[in-house]
Amino acid sequence: MRNETGEALHNLSSLPLSKKAVDLSEFIRGVRLGVPIALGYIPVAFTFGLMAVQGGIPIWIAILISLTNLTSAGQFAGVGLIIANTSLFEIAVTTFVINIRYMLMSLSLSQKIVPMPLINRAIMAFGITDETFAVASMEKQEITFPYMLGLISCPYFGWALGTALGAATTSFLPAALQSAMGIALYAMFLALFVPPAMKSKAVLAVVVVAVTLSSAFHWVPYVNNITSGWSIIIATIVASALGAFLFPRKEDKL
Amino acid sequence: MSKILLAVILMAIVTYIPRALPITVMTRKIESPFIKSFLFYIPYAVLGAMTFPAILFSTSSTLFSVVGLVAGLFMAYREQGLFKVAMGTVLIVYICELLFHGI
Repeated sequence: MRNETGEALHNLSSLPLSKKAVDLSEFIRGVRLGVPIALGYIPVAFTFGLMAVQGGIPIWIAILISLTNLTSAGQFAGVGLIIANTSLFEIAVTTFVINIRYMLMSLSLSQKIVPMPLINRAIMAFGITDETFAVASMEKQEITFPYMLGLISCPYFGWALGTALGAATTSFLPAALQSAMGIALYAMFLALFVPPAMKSKAVLAVVVVAVTLSSAFHWVPYVNNITSGWSIIIATIVASALGAFLFPRKEDKL
Repeated sequence: MSKILLAVILMAIVTYIPRALPITVMTRKIESPFIKSFLFYIPYAVLGAMTFPAILFSTSSTLFSVVGLVAGLFMAYREQGLFKVAMGTVLIVYICELLFHGI
């Protein structure tokens, strides 16, 4: 079904009259893909809201953080530091370091989007998260602005909604369900990278190297005290560079 | 302005900069085959690094997480799609939580 729509879109895109129709269907395609991301965000955001308010942050500030930051690890660390009453400088540096990985994703997307005005790029950049990036980067075709807006919308509101629910209540979801929902994001990640890794030895090799490194950063003594943000950055750069070196891509498409 | 509000604004800025910088500055296509290959592999590497070992600690018990991991891997291998794999895995972990809580 999605493939058919994609082909139809390609044929239509040469006709200026149908631009609005194409934009709308691209937007809807994005929205659909954003729904599972949003569902995965709600329990994480819920935990964030709960943690923030229990730590003494006002409810409206917790929600404001989710609306303006839209990131998991950065927010958790930032709020942890606010609660610990550390300096603004430390808060800014820590949050920035955790978010450096977005530069890799932003650079990768810059090569995959159709030409568009600066303002559109600046707007879609706000919605780059690990999950929206993962879904967008797996697209076979180039990424349009309406598609990205659609993809971002549900996760954005899901993130804010989850935060509000967590901040406003202490026992809204049964503990068993909260615990089970914690695995949703990771299961979604599996669905994203397992099929391509089964089809391409090169992709499989890259995944295995990345997994090995990030596991080492967690369990091996001495290197296991780096933050999860750095662990992801280093594992990603090393695994991707190794992949590019050992298995350079011959096809032109990304 | 309160310190908390100032911290929130700072956090928003340092979160937005790394997201916005490359995509607004890099408007031309990269030609280098190495960098193109490098960028091609990034999503897979990011996904792998984010999933492991974090998935093992994503529920109340490592054992339940392993069960979820195996179920998720199997469904992903069978190409069941994002939503089905995510919800199927949650359901299996939820059943574990209900049946074996406290193990």
